[in-house]
Amino acid sequence: MELLKPAKAGTLESSDIYITLYPNDGQGINIKLESIVMKQFGSQIKKVISESLRELNVENADIVAVDKGALDCTIKARVEAAARRSSK
Amino acid sequence: MNKLRRTMLFIPGDNPGMIQNADVFGADSVIIDLEDAVGATEKDSSRLLVRNALANLDLGNVETVVRINGMDTEEGALDIKALLLARPDGIMVPKATVEYMETVHEMIKDTEITLFPIIEGAYSLETVTDIIKSSDRIKGLLFGAEDFTADMGIKRTKEGSEIFYARNRIAAACKAFGLDAIDTPFTDTNDEKGLERDTLVGKSLGMTGKAAINPRQIESINSVYSPSGEEIDEATRIINAAQKAAREGKGVISLDGKMIDAPIISRAEKVVEIARQAQLI
Repeated sequence: MELLKPAKAGTLESSDIYITLYPNDGQGINIKLESIVMKQFGSQIKKVISESLRELNVENADIVAVDKGALDCTIKARVEAAARRSSK
Repeated sequence: MNKLRRTMLFIPGDNPGMIQNADVFGADSVIIDLEDAVGATEKDSSRLLVRNALANLDLGNVETVVRINGMDTEEGALDIKALLLARPDGIMVPKATVEYMETVHEMIKDTEITLFPIIEGAYSLETVTDIIKSSDRIKGLLFGAEDFTADMGIKRTKEGSEIFYARNRIAAACKAFGLDAIDTPFTDTNDEKGLERDTLVGKSLGMTGKAAINPRQIESINSVYSPSGEEIDEATRIINAAQKAAREGKGVISLDGKMIDAPIISRAEKVVEIARQAQLI
């Protein structure tokens, strides 16, 4: 999937994550994460975001994520929604 | 007897916090809403959220039903396709017609998903038995009074005389086909007495449960649709008397000097079954 424009999904409500995706030109995956559970789960959240993008065949993207304690299934849903919106 | 559905709690389909806690509110069922609770710009995102949540989370014993968007919109079919992967217990179909129900049935027939049509228009009400017969997956009907009264062009009131006929019709149709009749939600979440009164009215007309739009409404609705301790004791005594008479080969059963016939025994058995499912005994 090719990202064509900036897109976002999610909210800043508790248990959610706010994802913004930006296309970049062959620069790989770059994740900037803010999280209320950064110390405990920061690396796990980045891993889930990366896996989600890989499953969607997104190879190049700048991601800004603001996490409010989202579960993995929520993170994956928000990344997929943002990616699909970006690719249209 | 059907699964106990005293309360069916609406949960917004774009709220991950409520979805992941769906089993803690005390409702017998939750209706995760992709229709009215989700804005037009968030339909895609909410569909993915609900799909992932249902496919990955253990929500305990609570029945999970998803209200899809109308089958007269592009979103309706997209919702069902996503739910085929998530496998909720049920799908709730708004603005039900025979045609819409047959379409949904065709899409879910290879799964075990059950169906709950919403009767919320005059045409749906007057074709309610045809709707029921359109799919053997239908387990209950929800009455949607807000849309129904809008369709009729009449004013919705707390007292509810304007929906008396619709409640009666739906309750009778559900009874005839062995389905649950789920009453319309009471929309004033700050009026606890009004909620109790409205729930009692629905129950008196044959409704078997009620939709809730706020977790605060669950306790009151569950209370109305649960048998009291006295009712459970009475039902247990009736069943014991019937069993005793059967053992003794007696054709006529009496309890406290009153004759007990088959309908009374049947009602007693239902009371005990509801009490058992509600974990009251």
